[in-house]
Amino acid sequence: MAQVSVTVNGKTHTANVEPRLLLVHFLREQLNLTGTHIGCDTSQCGACTVLVDGRSAKSCTIFAVQADGSEITTIEGLARDGRLHPLQEGFWEEHGLQCGYCTPGMIMSAVDLLNEHPSPTEREIRDGIDGNFCRCTGYEHIVNAIQYAANKR
Amino acid sequence: MIPTAFDYQRATSLDDALAKLSASNGAGKLIAGGHSLVPLMKLRLSEPTMLIDIARIPDLAGIREQDGTLEIGAGTVHHDVATSPVLRQHCPVVADTAATIGDPQVRNRGTLGGSLAHADPAADYPAVMLALDAEIHLRSSTAARVVLARDFFQNVLTVDLAPDEIITAVRFAPVRAASYAKLYQRASRFAIVGVAAALDVSDGVIRSARIGLTGAVSHAVRLTTVEAALAGCEPTSRACAEAARLAGSDLEDINGDIHASETYRRAMIPVFTRRALDGALARLTVQS
Ligand SMILES: Cc1cc2nc3c(=O)[nH]c(=O)nc-3n(C[C@H](O)[C@H](O)[C@H](O)COP(=O)(O)OP(=O)(O)OC[C@H]3O[C@@H](n4cnc5c(N)ncnc54)[C@H](O)[C@@H]3O)c2cc1C
Ligand code: FES
Ligand code: FES
Repeated sequence: MAQVSVTVNGKTHTANVEPRLLLVHFLREQLNLTGTHIGCDTSQCGACTVLVDGRSAKSCTIFAVQADGSEITTIEGLARDGRLHPLQEGFWEEHGLQCGYCTPGMIMSAVDLLNEHPSPTEREIRDGIDGNFCRCTGYEHIVNAIQYAANKR
Repeated sequence: MIPTAFDYQRATSLDDALAKLSASNGAGKLIAGGHSLVPLMKLRLSEPTMLIDIARIPDLAGIREQDGTLEIGAGTVHHDVATSPVLRQHCPVVADTAATIGDPQVRNRGTLGGSLAHADPAADYPAVMLALDAEIHLRSSTAARVVLARDFFQNVLTVDLAPDEIITAVRFAPVRAASYAKLYQRASRFAIVGVAAALDVSDGVIRSARIGLTGAVSHAVRLTTVEAALAGCEPTSRACAEAARLAGSDLEDINGDIHASETYRRAMIPVFTRRALDGALARLTVQS
């Protein structure tokens, strides 16, 4: 067992875990933060995307021990005082989801994208969500949702 | 729990990592970004019993320019290479190549050293390291050595790197007139075929050309036939097109898989060689 201490959505958690525990399982099963989804489990789909020290990362491809000492943000950490984050609002307003399975990962990638490109072009938005698959929407409304959030900020 | 069990240690410095590696008596396996290793461990194709994490070693990451030579620390993540102002200015082909790797999440975690050590037949960096004739710097707890990229890549996932060695950095003389052209595998974005070309031109003549090819055979290789055909030519699109036709003609055992047949890959090698050469020519024009 190894000790990990991570700050998730502003709250520090310390736990003893097996080194082979994946970060996504730590978040979902030990911290009960089930907003982060598991899609492919093979590093392709991006459903498990969270921010690790501010940068988007696939939490199914990181062991929890590798994140020891890191700050993690999940979809649960975006809304403030009961108010949706501009990206969440954008997905709502622009119909950026259908089944919603990809949405948490999509939004976390978009947070990283908007941090780097506050006024992204459509090309930059599409490149920014390159690591996230959506099987429902055809991406068009997702792009609009991210544009909505960019305009709002 | 998906992978097999292992012990985990985090190294705080290069010396600490080297000490941990040699103390492990061969059991220690380095993990940097984990974006080649973790997927393999999840499939249980790799079952290390001890991981030594080198991702938080400060001196291992970073991009420096010194006396006209560029150095990229092995721990530098693809994102930082892709967005480096120093590289954009002096040797944009490296930044361009990093920007084609995977997707943003992969680029936020994966490192140069990990990519070179893993030597996936379809990895992008090996091609550009060959075109730049880069030096790969290695350290063990007892020695340091330098291997040229052209000697480093030896076979499928096989490089000149001992189990107790760590890649610390790559070094190369910057080339502006260089470019990378890649045929993407649509899902993972690995290279079906990737070609990096670097041109040395003076007084209106190509003095030498270096061309690295990835994705096509077991490991990245130089296209020496095309290089020889270009030497002494005028730097024109026409000369490049002519020489590019030879690309791959002397290669045997071209890869064929579900993403691209052997015939298709073979056909694409000259196409992407020509594109890489045209990209290098375009930078030549901008330069002068
Ligand atoms: C979805 C996906 C898409 C991808 N697409 C591409 C792509 O388009 N092009 C591409 O080139 N790659 C691609 N990759 C691979 C990616 O670039 C990896 O990050 C990279 O190949 C390995 O770097 P790493 O730091 O993650 O290494 P790790 O996975 O941590 O390690 C890989 C191997 O290198 C060894 N190692 C690591 N660092 C060192 C060092 N400094 N010295 C010695 N040995 C070391 C490890 O022991 C291990 O054997 C993709 C990966 C994924 C998951
Ligand atoms: S579940 Fe992590 S990338 Fe698909
Ligand atoms: S909304 Fe269903 S997968 Fe994206």
